[in-house]
Order: sequence, then C-alpha cells, then structure tokens
Amino acid sequence: MTLRTADLHPGDIHDEQICYDLSRTQIVQYAGASGDYNPLHTDDPAARHRGFPGVFAHGMLTMAMTGTMLTNWVGDGRLTKFGARFVSQVWPGDTVTARATVREVRSEAGRSLVDLDLETVNEAGSVVLTGYATARID
Amino acid sequence: MMAEDEFPIEAGHIMLFARAIGDPNPIYYDPGYAKSTEPGTVIAPPTFIQASRHFSEGGGARPIPGERWHGSGMQPTGSNSPESPTGDELPAGAAGRMHAEQHFEFHKPLVPGMVLHHVSIPGKEWEREGRRGGTLRFTENITEFYDQQNQLVITTRGVVVRTSVTTSSGTENQ
Repeated sequence: MTLRTADLHPGDIHDEQICYDLSRTQIVQYAGASGDYNPLHTDDPAARHRGFPGVFAHGMLTMAMTGTMLTNWVGDGRLTKFGARFVSQVWPGDTVTARATVREVRSEAGRSLVDLDLETVNEAGSVVLTGYATARID
Repeated sequence: MMAEDEFPIEAGHIMLFARAIGDPNPIYYDPGYAKSTEPGTVIAPPTFIQASRHFSEGGGARPIPGERWHGSGMQPTGSNSPESPTGDELPAGAAGRMHAEQHFEFHKPLVPGMVLHHVSIPGKEWEREGRRGGTLRFTENITEFYDQQNQLVITTRGVVVRTSVTTSSGTENQ
C-alpha cells in the first residue's frame, strides 16, 4: 500500500476519477458534515438570485475528493502537507478526475518524502483545482 | 493570538464526513479494520479539520434561530426573520466573498477522542485588480490546532477573497 522511493520518479503521474455525475445531494451531504451551509452550495433559488446557474460544489468538497485520490495512492496517515487553489467551480453533473505528478523524491531529517503537484479537472478537461502535497514514503 | 472554541473529534462525525466526500475507506469508520492499518486506529480524512466550522461562531455558515439567514425562504434573498427580507442586501460572509486557497500541514494523526483548541494568527493581506473590474482583497488566516496535551496536530492556512464591487458574473465564487 505504501510507496517506495525506488518506484517513484519525477514526472510520474497517478490519477483517479474522484466523482462521477456529482449529485446535488452529495453537495448537501458535504454542507451538513462540514458545517458550511452557504446557500450558494445548497439553495438553488438563492444561487440563481446571485447570478449563478444554480448551486455548485464547495471548493473544499473538490479538495476533499482530491485528498481521497492522494490517500488511496500514498496510504493512510502519510500526508505531511496538502494545499489547493480553487480555480473554477464544480457543478452538479460533473465528473472529476484528480491527478498527481511527482515533482521530487527527497529525504529530510531521516525521512523519505515525495513532493507532488496536483491538478483536478472536469470532464471537459478544464482545471478546477491546482495544488501540491507532500507524503512520507518508504 | 487568542484561544477560542474547542473541537471534539468524534467517530460518528468522521464517518459522516467520509460519506459526504464519497470516500468508502473503512479506516474512517471501522475500528477493527483500522487496527490492521499503519495508523492502527480510526483516523479522520485529511481535510476533516474544516468541520471545526460546526464548533465556531456562526459567521454566516449556518442558520441561527430568529436571525435572518441569507438563504431562500419565501424570497430568494433571505429567510428566518420576521422582518421582511428585501433587496439585495447580504450580510458579511455571504456573496462577494470566496474561498480562494486552503493549505494544511499535518503534524499528528487526527483521531477520535481528541479535543482540539486553536490559536488564530493573523496572516497577510493583499489586493489586486480583478479580471472583470473592481478590486480583489485577499485575506489570509493561519490557525494552529492543538490537542489536550498541547501538542500541535494541524496547521491550516486559508485565503479568502472579497470583491469590492459586484462583478458582471459571479464565476469567481467558490
């Protein structure tokens, strides 16, 4: 399950489809679990009133799903850093894929680490999130 | 710096959060399975600390009984208050503000039974011109979460951006 230094090389790519046909219900689930009930994410009339076609996912839901790609790949409890910039919205119905590219494999204070660049895209290939992560490896 | 509310890390809350992000990994709900993993216990998903929102002052994140809420009821502009919701006035924390970035540094696994307290550290503030006119004001907030033994568990850095004027389309909101 864990990654090994010898198996990782700069430029290596790992990706995973992190949601298929995103439901409004899942966005509501995320609102409830996270405590962020911003109507832009949960309330179509309010979102439309503010000029949007309707509700859209919390940036943090996209980041959380990108995190699932990471933990499925690097293993549980292995991340030391994880950051994201929210580039564009994820809408109900979107199918989203998260991709990690190995930037560097290094050691620091006796630990082996991998630095990753992240890019999460929708079904049209448009980037919705960019970011980075660092994980402990064996 | 100032200490604020406590965030109790609860197994059921972790399970609900994992369901909400669509992650079926049993390490988030099955203690028997979790024993066989490297952490050896149920842990929280990497971004679970965001759910500390439930334990902080409302700040527009959830309806509060008797107070005007900025989601729809009879009108799309606001509900929950006997005063009639009018116009486009929105409370601070509603539209015009978006979550631009989020960063985490993990120091210790986040596990059920922890009760976190936190310290907020003011971050940088900066401005730039928006692509559709108006000024974008960025504010950074850094928060350190500590467990009962005062050990640092996680450091978070969030960046929020506010627009000074309403842009022609709201596509920059998150």
